[in-house]
Amino acid sequence: MLGWELPPHNSGGLGVACFQLCKSLASNKMDIDFIVPYEADHNIDFMNVIPAIPQGVDSILKSGIAYDSYKFIYSNGKVKDFNIIDQYHAYSFAASKIAETREFDIVHAHDWLTFRAALLIKQKTDCPIILHVHSVESDRSGSEDGNPMVKEIEETAMLMADDIIAVSNHTKNKIISDYNIPENKIKVVHNSIDVITQDNNSLVNSYEFLKYMKSRGYKVVANIGRLTVQKGLPNFLKAARRVIDVNPKTYFLIVGSGEQYHELVDLAAELGISDKVIFTEFQRGQQWRDAFKIADLFVMPSVSEPFGLTPLEAIAFGTPSLVSKQSGVSEVFKNCLKVDFWDIDEMSNLIASSISSDALLEELSNRAYDEYRVMSWQDSTDKLMNLYRHHKTLAEAAR
Amino acid sequence: MNDKKSIVLYLHVHQPFRIRHYTVFDTAINSDYFDSAFDSKASNEAVLKKVTAKSYIPTNTILLRLLNRYPEFRFSISITGTILEQMEKWAPEALRSFQELVATGRVEIVAETYHHSLAFFYSMSEFETQVQMHEDKINQLFGIMPQVFRNTELAYNNELAKWAEAKGYKGILAEGWDPVLGWRNPNFVYRPTGTENIALLLKNYKLSDDLAFRFSDTNWSEWPLTASKYSHWLSETKDVNNINLFMDYETFGEHQWSDSGIFDFLEHLPAEWLKNTQHDFKTVSEVIDSSPPVDEINVEHTVTWADTERDLSAWLGNPMQNSAINNLYSLTEKVHETNDLSLIEDWRKLQTSDHFYYMCTKYFNDGDIHAYFSPYDSPYEAHMNFMNAYRDILYRINQKGIDTDG
Repeated sequence: MLGWELPPHNSGGLGVACFQLCKSLASNKMDIDFIVPYEADHNIDFMNVIPAIPQGVDSILKSGIAYDSYKFIYSNGKVKDFNIIDQYHAYSFAASKIAETREFDIVHAHDWLTFRAALLIKQKTDCPIILHVHSVESDRSGSEDGNPMVKEIEETAMLMADDIIAVSNHTKNKIISDYNIPENKIKVVHNSIDVITQDNNSLVNSYEFLKYMKSRGYKVVANIGRLTVQKGLPNFLKAARRVIDVNPKTYFLIVGSGEQYHELVDLAAELGISDKVIFTEFQRGQQWRDAFKIADLFVMPSVSEPFGLTPLEAIAFGTPSLVSKQSGVSEVFKNCLKVDFWDIDEMSNLIASSISSDALLEELSNRAYDEYRVMSWQDSTDKLMNLYRHHKTLAEAAR
Repeated sequence: MNDKKSIVLYLHVHQPFRIRHYTVFDTAINSDYFDSAFDSKASNEAVLKKVTAKSYIPTNTILLRLLNRYPEFRFSISITGTILEQMEKWAPEALRSFQELVATGRVEIVAETYHHSLAFFYSMSEFETQVQMHEDKINQLFGIMPQVFRNTELAYNNELAKWAEAKGYKGILAEGWDPVLGWRNPNFVYRPTGTENIALLLKNYKLSDDLAFRFSDTNWSEWPLTASKYSHWLSETKDVNNINLFMDYETFGEHQWSDSGIFDFLEHLPAEWLKNTQHDFKTVSEVIDSSPPVDEINVEHTVTWADTERDLSAWLGNPMQNSAINNLYSLTEKVHETNDLSLIEDWRKLQTSDHFYYMCTKYFNDGDIHAYFSPYDSPYEAHMNFMNAYRDILYRINQKGIDTDG
């Protein structure tokens, strides 16, 4: 497998999905080499995690607040910072080099950053390649435009691929409309989540201020994720303004970093709600978990969300969600509130109405938790294993 | 009319209590907003010690020497409550050096708000309290009572002049901004519109900024500026009673570094100027006492000494700044109800205008003077640290049993 990140060194949902999927495949007796573009301790025993280190480089460390840059440490002692595009090129060649030394039946590549490596490996070995699309460029850029270089890679790789997996129907439709890929080449394999029982009764929480204000009858509405165009946060803030008009006892907690950060801080001030909107930047661990826990409602207002794991993470902590209909997760998660990302009226209505009804929040939380409790990766794993078998048979027949 | 041509040098001494990297995880837990680690850019102690070494001590050493050498030499300063507190705590030697200057009897201290705030525009009672606090502090540390008023950032309008007159001040300072002056020049004493007993002194910004901003600019056509050249300019200036050179004290050694020659300049200026017996120096009160106003100046809209706009937009120009300051002052009544002096004092320290200056987005992308003075990476970070501190104040008020929702 070719991947870009794994927990705990991930900046978002991609790493989590890859980790949980592989764990499920491994428990079904699949041998996996997972090639990542950096060196770090993952504490993973169910597969081989292999760093793609080019010749002449001693190690590559992830850096930046959300792991958005890479530190190359060369054998001659030099140190150089790589941005994501530099690193994409370095990875493509290094990963295909590593592939020459390993034995495998299938190459399974996750998202555009690994697609070129997959093509290079196919060129060298003629091994079948499966591309797993967690998002396409038009999702990430929040528009039709996006980076033309990235679009070219996605298009070329998808045309060359033996098979394409989309994490939702939403994504499958995007692949068809953006790149004209034949429908029957794309299989939908929804993401899932490893069910973890959280201690949701603990009274300790890092957000002491919010805890205190909740004891005074305030409600907390949270968003956790990257602050990028794709995530639809300007609409969320506009809805927040209206919710505060109706219910001034509401705080909005926005946990994350990203290129829209300054714009959003500005917008909150412009809307006159700076006192009620709390920005925390990117968080991990306890402070990340506590953000889900402290919230009465989690909102994922994404303009375009191929899957969107966070509402499932939220319910693990007992927190119900409002998600945009333009998300993959809304295809599989029934017990959540849903809204079109552009419908600020309805978004404000759903937030304000739900947080003013404890009965509704509790019922939504309980039903969603029932749904969450029985989730597993097994269905998705079964679909993938069938696909692997199919391609292995084809490849053997061709020899 | 004053029979001599006078330099009225007025230096403003101030440091704020900068807010540390203060997050939501600190809110309602620690209230130590102003306690940055010493190695942080926002460390008040580190900044004060640095500026003391680079500016306050060397400058005061020269100024004291000049006072001893030239009986005609005199000037005025304003010094905020926040920096006096910091000097008492971290640089007592700097405080002593200011006390020595004032003890000569030829250095006048100008009145202002203790917290270097914009309270005049938000809460009159709060404003008056802070002016009183400052007067008390000056009296306690220097044994004198200020006679002339300057508002934070020289923010001035007719209403402020009327207030200062009613409070018994003999004079008030403002920016000598061209639209305010019209055909007049700043080199005389004026009378604010709507007043009878108070004088207005206007900063000669061209000559002041030659020192404060341009002195070390090697691209400036007049660079290098020597004391004799500058003195010559001043002598050649026609239609002059008094030349008001108003600037930040930190011009000497901090904004203009020692290697720019600013200290030599200062050391030689009095000798150059006093070569002509028709020249002298005056404090702000002395020039007001010796020179009756020549005309009336009408300032309806607030004028300040900042940026090319000379308005309040450096502090109150964007929504982040406005929401921060409005939220802070919305607590005025409730915070006083607590009677908790340390809480009220923290709230007052948040009023210092510098906090809002750090949130300024004008020219943020150009990395200009605003960025130079900010201890934060961006105006956004400044805003968020401030809002988290604001929410902690809100929390503390409620903890005292005062309901901020009511």
